[in-house]
Amino acid sequence: MSEQLIISIGREYGSGGHDIADELAKRFGLEVYDVNILREIAVEKNLDASLLEKYDEVPKRHFISRNVRGYSNSPEENIANIQFEFLQKKAKEGKSFVVVGRCSETILKDYKGLITIFVLADRDVKIERVSTIRKMSVAEAEATMNRHDRKRKEYHNYYCTGKWGDSRNYDISINSSKLGIADTADYLEQYIKARIDKNK
Amino acid sequence: MLAAQILAVLIFVVMFLLIITEKIERHYVTLASGLLTLVFVFGVCMQSMSAIWETLNIQNIFTLGFWYSAGEAAEESSGINWATIIFIAGMMVMVEGMAKAGFFRWLCMRLAKLVNYKTTALFITFMIMSAILAMFIDSITVILFLAAVTVELAQLLKFNPIPMILAEIFCANLGGSATMCGDPPNIIIGTSLGYSFGDFISNTGLIAGVALVFVLFYFYIVFRKELQGSGKNVIDIAALPKPEEAITDKRSFIISTVIFIIAVVLLITHAQSHLTVAFIGLFIAIITILTSMKNAKEIMSKVDYKTLLFFIGLFVVVGGLEQTGILTAVADFIGKISGGNLMLMIAIIIWVSAFASAFVDNIPFAATMIPVISSLAQTVPGVDLKVLAWALSMGTDIGGSATPIGASANVVGTSVAAKEGYPVGWGTYCRKAVPATVLVLIVSTICIFVRYC
Repeated sequence: MSEQLIISIGREYGSGGHDIADELAKRFGLEVYDVNILREIAVEKNLDASLLEKYDEVPKRHFISRNVRGYSNSPEENIANIQFEFLQKKAKEGKSFVVVGRCSETILKDYKGLITIFVLADRDVKIERVSTIRKMSVAEAEATMNRHDRKRKEYHNYYCTGKWGDSRNYDISINSSKLGIADTADYLEQYIKARIDKNK
Repeated sequence: MLAAQILAVLIFVVMFLLIITEKIERHYVTLASGLLTLVFVFGVCMQSMSAIWETLNIQNIFTLGFWYSAGEAAEESSGINWATIIFIAGMMVMVEGMAKAGFFRWLCMRLAKLVNYKTTALFITFMIMSAILAMFIDSITVILFLAAVTVELAQLLKFNPIPMILAEIFCANLGGSATMCGDPPNIIIGTSLGYSFGDFISNTGLIAGVALVFVLFYFYIVFRKELQGSGKNVIDIAALPKPEEAITDKRSFIISTVIFIIAVVLLITHAQSHLTVAFIGLFIAIITILTSMKNAKEIMSKVDYKTLLFFIGLFVVVGGLEQTGILTAVADFIGKISGGNLMLMIAIIIWVSAFASAFVDNIPFAATMIPVISSLAQTVPGVDLKVLAWALSMGTDIGGSATPIGASANVVGTSVAAKEGYPVGWGTYCRKAVPATVLVLIVSTICIFVRYC
């Protein structure tokens, strides 16, 4: 493996994928890119970050979108492309980082230092987790989870040929409810270290 | 004939749906639909070789009247409107030459400097410039450059570019309605019905001019808070990019400007010179290529061939509807519900065209409606075809301004803004554009009623 290390983490809503990304970033001393990509762009260009965040990882609404000579009116699509360009720029500069979602397993696939992970979890565990963290009823948590997962899937599958959550699309897919968040992070740390050692 | 009619409508509806869904590129959709029309509607159902020839319309190109016409030169048959295609292709070549030389960026920067980079003055100036440029150049190109410069200036001068871009888009569509060459529906209307540049400017041009005054006031009022707020920033003008820096090659710049002036003069005088728009388009393309031989390959490669192919397929499908008598039936229906009342007929054409164009591509809509209004003028006594043509032109050109997907300029303008971090959703867009569209449609309806009824 080259010196550059990019850890791409796709995740189901409520699976703890983001927490695992944060944990791995801490252990490898890397920066995490998520919605903060848009905040960084907003600061750099003096833009309103909240306006950009509104369209973060939101699927394109096909029925009310139109393309003309490669230009799209869809704010969702344009914001997605801004994030893809940001990630490609950082990767091209040789930077190592952890990135959560944002089709990163596909758009950074040409970089040798890329390790792609998808975190899933048992349905009841995810619902319980969402219910506890977001302080909502089980029914609300389930509806929220379904909505977010549907959006992530639509968002991902529009920009990528590989399907969201399909194990063939990632180096490793892992169910976080079997070991718990901390032990899953340990396990993935070992895997990442093994990948780094193997390619030294 | 019934089978041919059903099939023609079916092909048209499926084509329209496929264009809207954008699953397949639109030129493939219209070309495949055109081929199906030729083979199954004309070949299998109608067994009419003459219908195929009339729709392909190739023989028309080899007539003198196609290039030079002493009288009113309407396309004699239905089907592919080659004059529109050749003219649009020619203008595309010219515009690419101008863009390469840096003309548009230079013009934007020059005007910004002239108004001393004052936000409100810039706002009004760019709106007017957008309308004037769009009278002669396709609105996509106008907005592509204007929106890009607006975002650049907004970042330097620290103002929100969205109000200015929305106003520019609206004015580009309005400017396009003023002339025969401003918007594709007008080119199709003009070449199909034999109207000149002068006919358009003295009719739709006049309406667009009146509407522009209202639009300038409207956008100034709705955006005055944003404009006044942004004027307080202290700017170092010396640090701003100089207009001259936009010019990539001085020789090409002068040549492309001269060619543009020649194109404008030829268009304005074509009723007197008897040169058709097909001739003007071809002539402009040839002189652009001849004067920029070293960049010829690059310029030609940037021409939007997909749009030209889209037109060819579209005209064949609409030809299918026409040859099978479907459009005459639509015309009869409009004639019946309006009870022969010209004012009601005009109102229906303007407002229905506008509503449809707000959501679907106005080019297929206009192409479909031309045979309908021709039939109406022939069958309903006292109805002047020209009046219906102006109603159709204003409806299709202005209706597209209402939503972010209604016209090409809207898509390109909002896309340029979003790419730079200024996303514009449907809510933001429609809140400002729908009242402006309704305002212009009311002005247009009143102008047509007062002048022609």
